[in-house]
Amino acid sequence: MTMSIEVRDLELRYGNVTALDRLSFRLDGGKIHGLLGRNGSGKTSLLSVMAAFRRATSGDAWIDGQPVFENPDVASDICFIRGEGDTVVHDWPADRVKDALAFASTFRPAWDSDYATALVDRFRLPLKKRLGQLSRGQRSALGITLGLASRAPLTMFDESYLGMDAPSRYVFYDELLADFMAHPRTFVISTHLIEEVSSLFEEVVIIDEGQLVLHESAEELRARGAAVTGPTEQVARFAQGLTILGDKQLGPTRSVMVYGELDDGQIELARESGLELGPIALQDLFVHLTESRGRTS
Amino acid sequence: MFDERSPIYRQIAAQIRADVLSGTLQADEQIMSTTQYAAYYRINPATAAKAFQELVDEGVLYKRRGIGMFVGPDAREALRSEHRRRFFTDVVDPMVAEALAIGIPIEDVIRRITHAADEQISGSTVGETES
Repeated sequence: MTMSIEVRDLELRYGNVTALDRLSFRLDGGKIHGLLGRNGSGKTSLLSVMAAFRRATSGDAWIDGQPVFENPDVASDICFIRGEGDTVVHDWPADRVKDALAFASTFRPAWDSDYATALVDRFRLPLKKRLGQLSRGQRSALGITLGLASRAPLTMFDESYLGMDAPSRYVFYDELLADFMAHPRTFVISTHLIEEVSSLFEEVVIIDEGQLVLHESAEELRARGAAVTGPTEQVARFAQGLTILGDKQLGPTRSVMVYGELDDGQIELARESGLELGPIALQDLFVHLTESRGRTS
Repeated sequence: MFDERSPIYRQIAAQIRADVLSGTLQADEQIMSTTQYAAYYRINPATAAKAFQELVDEGVLYKRRGIGMFVGPDAREALRSEHRRRFFTDVVDPMVAEALAIGIPIEDVIRRITHAADEQISGSTVGETES
């Protein structure tokens, strides 16, 4: 079972600070979605509203067409794991790891305790340790264990790898993919480690200052940008009228990052003008899209 | 694993084409599933599926419903002729341009090509000889 998510004109204000600014988008069920944004862009606020941890100031979030806030019908279908897994335990910090697992098993209808045990092994989590004594990375690993073993139709991880070393993060990525393929469901994963995880995403949502910057398939997005490099004059002529995200100059050579699909004519023109066309990494696109929001030359 | 600077599905497709071209993958041989590709390369299964779809559209692969993906019976020959078609523009023309740019006479290039071809055909392993 998978669940789609839709938000319409979603607004969230804390006092006079606007955290989410009329956000609207729809995420299909059965996919792994990446939620990208800079620090303070509103990622956690957005996930908190989608998980019904917070009430929106106006607008709403729907899961499979049902409003999420104070809706017991969908509550157990949504699993939201914040940075260090603090949202899914009963008594922090006195509880032990095994208590946290036992607690999750009581209110997660699809809980798989064998899988939870396997994850505990893979992450080398000490079952008898109190939660307050776990390292930051261990708390993250516990959060991931609770999130994956819940098998919730909608599972959201908010920067859930904080403090984890590279081997543990790769365990997370491998387990996420394997379990997603074995038990298809909807995942939303917020991150700023774009380089490392972007290949896991089917779709990407980028927000900035509480607003939607873009929502697109990850592969489309990668094909969206191009780095155009060559003699200054020719590059300038080629880039005329295109959206330029970045611009660098090295002696007589200029390199611009253009955003938008290039048609065959433009690619031919670039070749004839002796310009080099290269793809742009998702991380670079993200940096430029959230830095300048684009401008037209 | 992958060069982040190029769409991953293109790289997967290119690699499968190269394997078919070299004979590593034979006609009617089954290839790994999207699930295996996704787990192996740590990528979203939709990305792997996109690579397969591109190759199905090109006739390099064909799908047997419920079983998997297989190498097309004529895939190798089609890829070979495709590469033959592009060989002069992709390989020879740039080489000529490079030779002219750095001042190597075309006669020297031709002599070298003839020499290298003779060696390869006779299977000789004498090694590098200066022309």
